[in-house]
Amino acid sequence: QSGSSLRIVSAALKQGQITPTELCQKCLSLIKKTKFLNAYITVSEEVALKQAEESEKRYKNGQSLGDLDGIPVAVKDNFSTSGIETTCASNMLKGYIPPYNATVVQKLLDQGALLMGKTNLDEFAMGSGSTDGIFGPVKNPWSYSKQYREKRKQNPHNKNEDSDWLITGGSSGGSAAAVSAFTCYAALGSDTGGSTRNPAAHCGLVGFKPSYGLVSRHGLIPLVNSMDVPGILTRCVDDAAVVLGALAGPDPKDSTTVHDPINKPFMLPSLADVSKLCIGIPKEYLIPELSSEVRSLWSKAADLFESEGAKVLEVSLPHTSYSIVCYHVLCTTEVASNMARFDGLQYGHRCDINVSTEAMYAATRREGFNDVVRGRILSGNFFLLKENYENYFVKAQKVRRLIANDFVNAFNSGVDVLLTPTTLSEAVPYLEFIKEDNRTRSAQDDIFTQAVNMAGLPAVSIPVALSNQGLPIGLQFIGRAFCDQQLLTVAKWFEKQVQFPVIQLQELMDDCSAVLENEKSASVSLKQ
Amino acid sequence: MWSRLVWLGLRAPLGGRQGFTSKADPQGSGRITAQVIEHLERLALVDFGSCEAVARLEKAIAFADQLRAVDTDGVEPMESVLEDRCLYLRSDNVVEGNCADELLQNSHRVVEEYFVAPPGNISLPKLDEQEPFPHS
Repeated sequence: QSGSSLRIVSAALKQGQITPTELCQKCLSLIKKTKFLNAYITVSEEVALKQAEESEKRYKNGQSLGDLDGIPVAVKDNFSTSGIETTCASNMLKGYIPPYNATVVQKLLDQGALLMGKTNLDEFAMGSGSTDGIFGPVKNPWSYSKQYREKRKQNPHNKNEDSDWLITGGSSGGSAAAVSAFTCYAALGSDTGGSTRNPAAHCGLVGFKPSYGLVSRHGLIPLVNSMDVPGILTRCVDDAAVVLGALAGPDPKDSTTVHDPINKPFMLPSLADVSKLCIGIPKEYLIPELSSEVRSLWSKAADLFESEGAKVLEVSLPHTSYSIVCYHVLCTTEVASNMARFDGLQYGHRCDINVSTEAMYAATRREGFNDVVRGRILSGNFFLLKENYENYFVKAQKVRRLIANDFVNAFNSGVDVLLTPTTLSEAVPYLEFIKEDNRTRSAQDDIFTQAVNMAGLPAVSIPVALSNQGLPIGLQFIGRAFCDQQLLTVAKWFEKQVQFPVIQLQELMDDCSAVLENEKSASVSLKQ
Repeated sequence: MWSRLVWLGLRAPLGGRQGFTSKADPQGSGRITAQVIEHLERLALVDFGSCEAVARLEKAIAFADQLRAVDTDGVEPMESVLEDRCLYLRSDNVVEGNCADELLQNSHRVVEEYFVAPPGNISLPKLDEQEPFPHS
């Protein structure tokens, strides 16, 4: 059982077993109870309740907008939301209230979803832990799960219960924690180097990165324009497909969205014949730093496909070892350009200096950005200097082509889907994570995920099993460009095989058992 | 930003220029001179603020230098994964706008319908002319 899923609660809403307002209240109550996770920067309680009221009217009149009508969702705080503060967890945008909605936000609202709030992240989405924003770090709900706590009681060196809390991963950690703690049914993240897939793996969720060009970036405050995509975090693959169905499609406000007719994956078919599949295992992803538990699960997953008759091939992505370096250069250079818009004049933070424009810009940016952001801006500017442009920036662009071609070659050899780890290990304690700096951590943690962004491919992290410590481990599937539906179909089949356990946050769920009962009876009636 | 004197003083104990040479490249092609620092600070309008930031940049450069090992002869740079597609153009009609009030609301300094900027055409002072700022 996938626990409380979007599909099931949507059915309950349609059958009148629960109202959007009741659902909204339940989630708001959970948000309050889980405030210590620091998943939300802004909770838009009034907005959500008003939306719930409108949704209720629609259901009463039999005019529901679809599967997302009345469904609580959360949005990462680097997506513009009209009338709701959008900070990117940075002093530069603290207090900034956008006058428009990001296209993906508007699409969710148009489908009747309830916006519960804006979630926490690393400042400007730079980081792999969700620890480097001005509102503080996000805590992984699994730190408080029965599964983890029981394992830790066996450890004689059990310290103070909360000092060893775990990170969520990042940079969409707030969105991941929000979904994992049942405060919403889906959340938007962003994915530039793995920022949706990484926290999904650490929080036991489905983290989906669509093909570049499938989903509009309009209103997503940009980090790396040629790699950013909105990401989707849910508790099961079917739910991700529902959200993707609402979001995918061309947008006149984003010229990088493609205009091909796309088969919207509303309902994923059941994978009829696994034996027709060819799974590729990139050999360069087997690195010494990979934890033995993840390696073992990866191997078991490959065996699983093979035992069902699928072809499982080793493939080579020869430029893998250069992808982190290439990403580092391209990322910092695009960041240097994108961050130039923050000068204090039209929006955002402005310092008090009025001597000259340049002095004002410099002081504003010193005050507004943290060290991580400033470091990347400076590095990016270095690589873009006239004397460095060819050797660093253009060189990296050439290496990017080689990396993208590696994937093309792998898929051309008959592979349908690649299977890789998502992260090196399970989530680590915050105190351990902060021993290394942001850039080092990002370089380590992005290793399996960022090449996908450079090639613009779709990818999804699926939670597979719990580690010896009772923490989630996820694996990644990578698909061909614009074959998002096929990718999710394979992922759905795999999800059904592994039956990843539901997180047990017992104390929180007790109050909500009444609501869950309604959901259970709805699911029974679905089976007919 | 800090005064050149302070900066030079901090360099001295490391035995002169050697301390800043990246380990990965002993020839020190990634060496950050005071001129480069000043130039980058002016271009980026972001200051280094400390020695650690300079060291971080040097590490970032050393890291990026690993790209030299890749043979990219005859390889075209890739700007976008969608390079094989035509950019879709929309018709040249005004469909939205007239939202000056909304946009002006987000600015700290506005006079009527103008964003107010301090005087331009005044360069940032050079490093040795500046007051040392407290380190962040």
